[in-house]
Amino acid sequence: MRWESWSAFWHMGGYALYVWGSVGVSFALLGVEAWWARRERVRTLAWLRAEQAAHAHDSTGAQP
Amino acid sequence: MSALWSLLRRDLLLALRRPSEVLTVVFFFVVVAALFPLAVGPERATLRMLAPGVLWVGALLASLLALNRLFEADHRDGTLEQMLLSGTPLTLLVVAKIAAHWVLCGLPLVLLVPLLGVLFDLSGDALGVLALSLLIGTPVLSCIGAIGAALTLGLRGGGVLLALLVLPLFVPVLVFGAGAVEALAAGLGSGAHLSILMALLLLSGLFSPWACAQALRIALE
Amino acid sequence: MRRIAWTHYAAPQTFYGLAGVCWKPLALLALALALAGMWVGFMVAPTDAQQGEGYRIIFVHVPVSWMSMIIYLAMAFWGVVCLVFRARMAGMLSQALAPTGALFAFLSLWTGALWGKPMWGAWWVWDARLTSELILFFLYIGFIALTSAIQDPRRADRAGALVAIVGAVNVPIIYFSVKWWNTLHQGASVSLTRSPSMAQTMLWGMLLMALACWVYALAMVLYRTRSLILQRERHADWVAQLPELSPGVRP
Repeated sequence: MRWESWSAFWHMGGYALYVWGSVGVSFALLGVEAWWARRERVRTLAWLRAEQAAHAHDSTGAQP
Repeated sequence: MSALWSLLRRDLLLALRRPSEVLTVVFFFVVVAALFPLAVGPERATLRMLAPGVLWVGALLASLLALNRLFEADHRDGTLEQMLLSGTPLTLLVVAKIAAHWVLCGLPLVLLVPLLGVLFDLSGDALGVLALSLLIGTPVLSCIGAIGAALTLGLRGGGVLLALLVLPLFVPVLVFGAGAVEALAAGLGSGAHLSILMALLLLSGLFSPWACAQALRIALE
Repeated sequence: MRRIAWTHYAAPQTFYGLAGVCWKPLALLALALALAGMWVGFMVAPTDAQQGEGYRIIFVHVPVSWMSMIIYLAMAFWGVVCLVFRARMAGMLSQALAPTGALFAFLSLWTGALWGKPMWGAWWVWDARLTSELILFFLYIGFIALTSAIQDPRRADRAGALVAIVGAVNVPIIYFSVKWWNTLHQGASVSLTRSPSMAQTMLWGMLLMALACWVYALAMVLYRTRSLILQRERHADWVAQLPELSPGVRP
């Protein structure tokens, strides 16, 4: 372990703002990207389900 | 070859019959050049330093204005599709369109620049190099811009999209064009910059028409 | 005569299945690599003589910069495949790559600025690499803007492919011109690259983080492509019969 204490780690020799600003924003935005991709998938599946239901409804309605 | 000349002549004739389009582009260039000193102050040394960059960016933006309409009119009345279907290679026809664009929008800027350079107190040498850099550089802008114009054919918001696509690709031309004049001012001579501009012209002249023809096919299929 | 395995996965249906199986283990691997990389970079690597602890930003900055360039090359590669072989999957892969690449380019600029401020006193320095990265970011945005603006998926794929190829060809030219521009103006001869004599541990940290970014990008692209496939192939029978379409199934 090269840091004397956790507070020294967070302090990063005075560069805390820059180092954690970089690392923090990077992980945060990558997380947002993953969340967004998942949201896209959920919405696509919901849309497909709705389309499927509409089709089934139409075809059953059209039968004599 | 004759197809090339006839298309070029036709475009030039059409533009001469509606000079407003060309004149708008030219006056845009003049207005931009006149605005900068109003923004940065009349100090002659500052203006002399800024002039190559300002005039080059002005030329860039003015070229961009006219690129939008490069294929638009022909696309609207179906001429473009006829060009695709005709026996003449599309690449050749694209060369004609690019050449017309340059004669109408690039060449006037080159001819105007000595006049505008006076607004910025540029010396005779610097004016000469600036005009020469524009002479070599503006055809490159027409070539690269044509690809963007073909890709954004018929799209809504096409103008801004075209600018977004094409401006990053303009950067090397801008760097070496404006840089030629700055190199002259720094005593280093503009030969290297102008040679590289020539190389860019050769490269884009060779590849752009083909790439632009591909883009037209993609847009029209 | 055995058929080449990869043409089998050029069909959306098979690719969908393959991507579905692969993305989760890849994501977990990326996380593991990132943790390992962060460990080496922040716990093992020594303090730099000149830059103190501030240099540790390179463990994020360098990997994301590399990835932003590699992803653009991948986009151009799939662009060529799309135009030459007219493969639908190639176009989808290109479009799935773009947002991740753009994000990496943005992070490269962001971390570059946060590195530059304490080291050279300015949030932005017009050095060759940062400036080229900025232009690369614009190229990404242009690609995304163009492909979103075109309604027809086939035209969008092929237009995007051409943009990616033209961009990729231009990137070396742009980089060279920016480098030339930088040296002529005799600006600060700063370079955001580290000197070659780097401590072993620093190198390891960067490599692990770079691998983590690469595997993350792979996982993200596979996941995103699945959604694209669903949208494009929505009329196909195999889509209608997917288990995830039944209500109550986890997406």
